[in-house]
Amino acid sequence: MDAVKRYFRSPAAVTGLVLLLIVVAMAVSASWFYPREPLALAGRPLIWPFSNPRFLLGTDNSGRDIAAQILYGARISLLIGGVATLIAIAIGVLIGAFAGYYGGWVDTVLMRITEAFQTLPNFVLLLVLVAVFGSTLTTVTIAVGVVSWPAPARLTRAEFLSLRNREFVQAGRTLGMKDIQLISGEILPNALPPIIVYASVIMAVAILLESALAFLRLSDPNVASWGNLIGLGRDVLRVQWYVSAIPGIAILVTVLAVSLVGQGLNDALNPRLKGR
Amino acid sequence: MSEPASAILTLEGLDVRLPAGADRSHAVIGASLSIAANEILCVVGESGSGKSVMANAIMRLLPNEVSIDAGRVMFEGRDLAAASTAEMRAVRGAGIAMIFQEPMTALNPLRTIGDQIGEMFSIHTGLSNAAIRARVLALLEDVRIPDPDSAAKAYPHELSGGQRQRAMIAMALALDPRLLIADEPTTALDVTTQAQILTLIRELQARKKTAVLFITHDFGVVAEIADRVAVMQHGHIVEQGDAASVLYRPQHPYTKQLIAAVPPLTAPPPRKLSDDIILTIDNVSKTFRTGGFLGRGARVTHAVKNVSLELPRGATLGIVGESGSGKSTLARCIVRLIDPDAGAIMLEGKDWAKLTREQVRRETRHIQMVFQDPFSSLNPRRKAAELVAQGPIVHGTARAQAIADAKELFALVGLDPSASDRFPHEFSGGQRQRIGLARALALRPEVLVADEAVSALDVSVQAQVLKLLAGLRERLGLSIVFITHDLRVAAQICDLVAVMKDGEVVEHGLAGDVFGNPRHPYTQALLDSIPGGEFARKHETSVFT
Repeated sequence: MDAVKRYFRSPAAVTGLVLLLIVVAMAVSASWFYPREPLALAGRPLIWPFSNPRFLLGTDNSGRDIAAQILYGARISLLIGGVATLIAIAIGVLIGAFAGYYGGWVDTVLMRITEAFQTLPNFVLLLVLVAVFGSTLTTVTIAVGVVSWPAPARLTRAEFLSLRNREFVQAGRTLGMKDIQLISGEILPNALPPIIVYASVIMAVAILLESALAFLRLSDPNVASWGNLIGLGRDVLRVQWYVSAIPGIAILVTVLAVSLVGQGLNDALNPRLKGR
Repeated sequence: MSEPASAILTLEGLDVRLPAGADRSHAVIGASLSIAANEILCVVGESGSGKSVMANAIMRLLPNEVSIDAGRVMFEGRDLAAASTAEMRAVRGAGIAMIFQEPMTALNPLRTIGDQIGEMFSIHTGLSNAAIRARVLALLEDVRIPDPDSAAKAYPHELSGGQRQRAMIAMALALDPRLLIADEPTTALDVTTQAQILTLIRELQARKKTAVLFITHDFGVVAEIADRVAVMQHGHIVEQGDAASVLYRPQHPYTKQLIAAVPPLTAPPPRKLSDDIILTIDNVSKTFRTGGFLGRGARVTHAVKNVSLELPRGATLGIVGESGSGKSTLARCIVRLIDPDAGAIMLEGKDWAKLTREQVRRETRHIQMVFQDPFSSLNPRRKAAELVAQGPIVHGTARAQAIADAKELFALVGLDPSASDRFPHEFSGGQRQRIGLARALALRPEVLVADEAVSALDVSVQAQVLKLLAGLRERLGLSIVFITHDLRVAAQICDLVAVMKDGEVVEHGLAGDVFGNPRHPYTQALLDSIPGGEFARKHETSVFT
């Protein structure tokens, strides 16, 4: 595979992948290092990091272990990032593919709907959705996915517009293929590389959206998430700043890792664009 | 070869290195040639022979990773291969000018023609604006653009392809360069326009005594314009000499092979045609409407107007015409990629023009299409065997069976069946076209529609594919509708020929009659425009011998 080789030739892309694997390892090993419930009270509140070997990263204002919350939080961030991205890409590809393939009034209707969604700031839309449907982990994930689909829809549509008149698609039609076979078997595989690359952007944004929601204390309070921890730390920000800073660094590293992987994928899948 | 005293440009053992990972280490190897003032040197070669790279090397317009690594480019006593960027800027345009294949992409779409030509003067001279404008108009008049005044104010998209190429030539000749490099300047043009541009270049060259380095793949063009010829193969100049001796007494085997592959303009002896008509096109019309609002102000194009043609079983019907003549639209109507507005297309007792989409899908195995572009007509993400098997799978053949059949088809179209699990990009252009042919044949159609199926191929590959097509026609009893802009190709393979102009068939009949004794003035004009017509008629070898 040329693409794989090209990917590993870029130091930035490899760094991103290593960071991402570390975050995944944190998520996987969470219950092994901390078999207890991460939100249970563990000790004295507000212990500074590295001052007590039992609480490596200290405790928050209610005396919960920050290290445990960071490890468990990785699960939540990856879960929300991954699932919300899948939802956004699924809706986006579906709408973009139909709009781009059929054109005409189908395209007009679908694109007006997309634009209607795009004109709303997506964080405001997210707040409304969470306010209406409540803030459990499921609704938050779906809501993040639902506000992120317009961009991949437009991207998919653009790819379909340029691919649908290619001769191999016409050849497929003269072979007697149905529209759905042409869309899914002929055009979509050729349209995927930029969409896969864009998925990394959506994933990074999804993680940030959830954190922002949690910071406003509108995310699910019953799970250990990085955003929740930052939100808690807000009350003690001026003195015990580490309560917010530690999960902040975790978010920074994760988003950076996802972006680097995305950039690496972009260079690997579209080698001709590199160096421009 | 003795060095002419008045040589303007001399290449001495020029090597141009390609980046690692290319298919060979050097694009040009040890190229030595010289061009005298007032002569046209044609460099001929197939794609990948290094002829364009050599031209760009002279101008030092090579991409970053490609470099000259040996030899000299002597121009007016200076070695351009060693010149600084600033020195090159002074040479480009003023000393050596260049025209390109596609004038649309070589011109800036956002600026008027007059502006772009005038730029040559404002960069290289200190003329006043008024003087520049006068010079621009004079130049446009020189290249015989109709109405130079409005052409100077026009944007590139407002001119036709031929006019754009004339504007490019005007720009190139603005500063009376000593040398003009023309890189396939007529390849993208229609045959009648090509003839005009060739005449223009010849005329301007004779008047201004410019040396011309003319790059082409077409021996017809060589016969038309060249004083001397250099033949390139795999980066080597394998033969050079004056035009007459290279064309009529080629020495090198490669030159002989290339010239033998040039289709002659005489139709092969007519074959017996069946009385059984398999495909009848009856009064088919197609009109395109673009723009406008609620039917007002729309631009209407009559792409196909009341075309009626018949294809006997086992025969080949050639549809020839220039771009915009509606021949491709007609082909797409026949296979129902486009729905015709009116008329009937009778195949096997069914009217194809009136079938529903669903019926077309089911009946499509009777009529199949081969496409023009060997690069975009194959899905890059499917393996060759899969591409060929797709059709039968869609129509209900079991996958394993279809793949096995595909391998047999590979042998039929002259490809190695063991190559069937490779991806399209691993094949050459001619091989890809064979895959496209195998894909169309997989459904065992009675009628094959070939839309410019050999136009994108090199002449030697073109001859092989035509030969294959003729062989398959015999073996499988295929009836073929063959769309092409190249009359020489049509003369080779077609039993019947229809000439289209502006959506209408202006003349049709047996190939021998249409080419030997054209009645419509447009057909005559087309035949007269074929570059090197004399050469094509004289030279006897046929692809089928």
